Amino acid sequence: MRALVNQRFITLAVLAVVIAILPLIFPSSYYFRVASLVWVSALAAIGLNILMGQAGQVSLGHAAFFGIGAYAVAIGPTHLGIPPWVAILIGALLSAVLAYLVGRPILRLKGHYLAIATLGLGVLVALVITTESRWTGGPDGMPVERLSLFGWRVSGSYTWYWVTGGLLLIGTWIALNLDETPTGRAFRALHDSEVAAQVVGLDVARFKLQAFVIAAVYASVAGSALAFMNGFINPDQAGFLHSVELVTIVVIGGLGSVVGSIVGAAVLVTLPQALTVFQEYEHLLLGLIIIVAMIFMRNGIVPSLSALVFRRARS
Amino acid sequence: MSILKATDIGISFGGVKAVDGVSFSVTPGQILSIIGPNGAGKTTLFNIVSGVYAASRGSIQLANEDVTGLAPHKLAARGLSRTFQNLQIFQRMTACENVMVGRHLRENCSLLPALFRTPAVTRQNRETRTAALDLLAYVGLKDVADVPAGSLPYGACKRLEVARALAAEPRVLLLDEPAAGCNAVETEEIDHLIRQVADRGVAVVLVEHDMKLVMKISDRILVLERGRPLAEGTPREVRDDPRVLEAYLGQHGAREAARA
Amino acid sequence: MAEFLQFLISGLTVGAVYALVALGFTLIYNASGVVNFAQGEFVMLGGMVTVFAAAAGVPLPLAAVIAICAAIAIGLLLHRFAIEPARGASAVTLIIITIGASILLRGLAAIVFDKQFHKLPAFTGDTPVDMLGAAVQPQSFWVLGGTAVVVLALYIFLEHTLLGKAVLATAANRLAARLVGINTTTIMALAFGGSAAIGAIAGILVTPITLTSYDVGTLLALKGFAAAMLGGMGNPVGAVVGGMLLGLLEAFGAGYISSTYKDAFAFLVILIVLFAAPQGLFGRRAVERV
Repeated sequence: MRALVNQRFITLAVLAVVIAILPLIFPSSYYFRVASLVWVSALAAIGLNILMGQAGQVSLGHAAFFGIGAYAVAIGPTHLGIPPWVAILIGALLSAVLAYLVGRPILRLKGHYLAIATLGLGVLVALVITTESRWTGGPDGMPVERLSLFGWRVSGSYTWYWVTGGLLLIGTWIALNLDETPTGRAFRALHDSEVAAQVVGLDVARFKLQAFVIAAVYASVAGSALAFMNGFINPDQAGFLHSVELVTIVVIGGLGSVVGSIVGAAVLVTLPQALTVFQEYEHLLLGLIIIVAMIFMRNGIVPSLSALVFRRARS
Repeated sequence: MSILKATDIGISFGGVKAVDGVSFSVTPGQILSIIGPNGAGKTTLFNIVSGVYAASRGSIQLANEDVTGLAPHKLAARGLSRTFQNLQIFQRMTACENVMVGRHLRENCSLLPALFRTPAVTRQNRETRTAALDLLAYVGLKDVADVPAGSLPYGACKRLEVARALAAEPRVLLLDEPAAGCNAVETEEIDHLIRQVADRGVAVVLVEHDMKLVMKISDRILVLERGRPLAEGTPREVRDDPRVLEAYLGQHGAREAARA
Repeated sequence: MAEFLQFLISGLTVGAVYALVALGFTLIYNASGVVNFAQGEFVMLGGMVTVFAAAAGVPLPLAAVIAICAAIAIGLLLHRFAIEPARGASAVTLIIITIGASILLRGLAAIVFDKQFHKLPAFTGDTPVDMLGAAVQPQSFWVLGGTAVVVLALYIFLEHTLLGKAVLATAANRLAARLVGINTTTIMALAFGGSAAIGAIAGILVTPITLTSYDVGTLLALKGFAAAMLGGMGNPVGAVVGGMLLGLLEAFGAGYISSTYKDAFAFLVILIVLFAAPQGLFGRRAVERV
């Protein structure tokens, strides 16, 4: 027990130190931007990992919630005069409500049926965003007003590095908290055996729904952060390929591993940046890397590596 | 005063009547065994009683309330617990965590305190773990408390399921072949365990193939054959019933046994 | 009436393509349990290879054959180098592998070909045929006829050849099939090759109507997947019916309700169907054994 508490503390401390010292080796503001992108993607992935890794439910449409968070902070201040920071909360609330309403019928489905239903949800949200151009600017996207908190204008890649890093720390802390609680155990239990979870008294539907709502709120907050950071947003952020990217981050990093989601995000966000050197070969290489990573590290990078280290240490 | 009463239960799968007109009841502290050849419908009956399958006919009463068709988790909340013939343990969780999940109904699991890990959550977690460790000690698994359940041997998993079922402090416990795959010593241990549980006032319904165990600990026995009730009575009555012998040994065997 | 007929024909035409994609999905899913998100890329390859072969001066029928062979080769390579090495991985892992393959193939097509839209000439001219007041493109008949031929050929293969029966046996129970001496790896390769061919045929048939480019695969794969689900995953008849239904829904939805939300109908209907019948329209409801 004590060991587990310490592990949680150590993980958070290491993450905080990494966030704190990275700027010392960053040569330009470009690096701050890329790192902020990693933190934002990691935040969304950690939430999705609670749903996929802990509770064992797939979502192939999770970018929908990312998009809702992003467009909430774009539309709220621009069209409705809502203060930007309130718009973040409204986006999170909208995502939670949508997840709650749709989750009830959807989460009864299993396996591939759940996959297509969540995929459908994602495509529908993306279509609405693309089509309702009066509000969203359509396929071209729309600008986002700067975030200001109590008179402090949050802008610049250096500032956003710290804001997104802080958000990631909070998100990591909450996800780690959840693990050793009745709710966290319920998630993992229903993942392993739904029928056994039911007969010990777990309301399986309720817990799946909780995991779905938590994951939706994480994605929404991440979406809001990205929209503010970029000062611009387009429907791709809510699209199928972004959903796939989030799922890939979770799986490549390691299902059920909070650290894995951060590592997965680091890999999947920085790779395309590095690959832009190869320009037109970018997609080809990205596809290749996904395939190779999944074949040789099918349990994800972090669990595969820790198993390897563990084996080395023992032998 | 029966705590669990099943009346005229029936279910069919694709026209085959897997269970057909079975009734039974147990009182607190009583051990009722359900026996019968393979395919007699014992596990199916368990699945109906625990709410996993919906019966096509019949009714179930738990503590004098009609609970027919209630979802498994609602039955659990009313004091019904069970184990599975084909293990259904939480493989990726430790033995201790498995039992802690069993304590679920005794825990407060609001979401917000869990997300922020309030002191109350930490305290409750500690209490649950202590209770789970006690139960693991009770079934002789204390040494493997922090081992992933997926890597435990078969017999240990069987006992782990019993511990998990007991963690909910049930009034009725359904045990599906708890001694299957266990050696003589382990079977002996399970025998003691079941007796102890019953002595605490828990009604136990047992499906088991080990006849020695069944004859030794049962208060009553219900015999099923091809989904239908064949005989019911005390171990002695059932043992001497020629129909039971015939079902188990065939006509020829029954005659042999009668002569012996 | 003419308007209705117009929507009906265009719905059936698009539906036929969805049906072929769904059929390809089903074939691979049955043989290997893999949901192949690269299925749409086979359709893209069929169209693109034909376009570029034809542009290089190859006669259209020969270009089509080359395209089908190319798709089959890609399908076999996909199986050999991406699916086979990952045998035993979880469903999600396999889905991500096929998504990776689809990104890879799209990237490859953008390099080998280009990022422009391309058109094939209609097989038998562009003069619309008048049917009860509806103007029907002759190519629609090619699409519908071609689909019918593919479905029929697949049916005969599965029901009346030994190899086809081995495919069915593998679909029903992979372990049992292996125990009676069926080489399930060969069967899986066959399924990937076959479904690549089906996808390519769909791409060749429909390119004169809808145009093609390196990135048409994604949406087609999503809709084919939706169609396969609609019919009940793993059921070939369901896949064809599901595809046709989806095409009709889109055509009538776009015609009578809103054309801007054309792509939404498919997914809206999928959600509604899954809410009401969680196993799809033709799927069997399985009792979970515990």
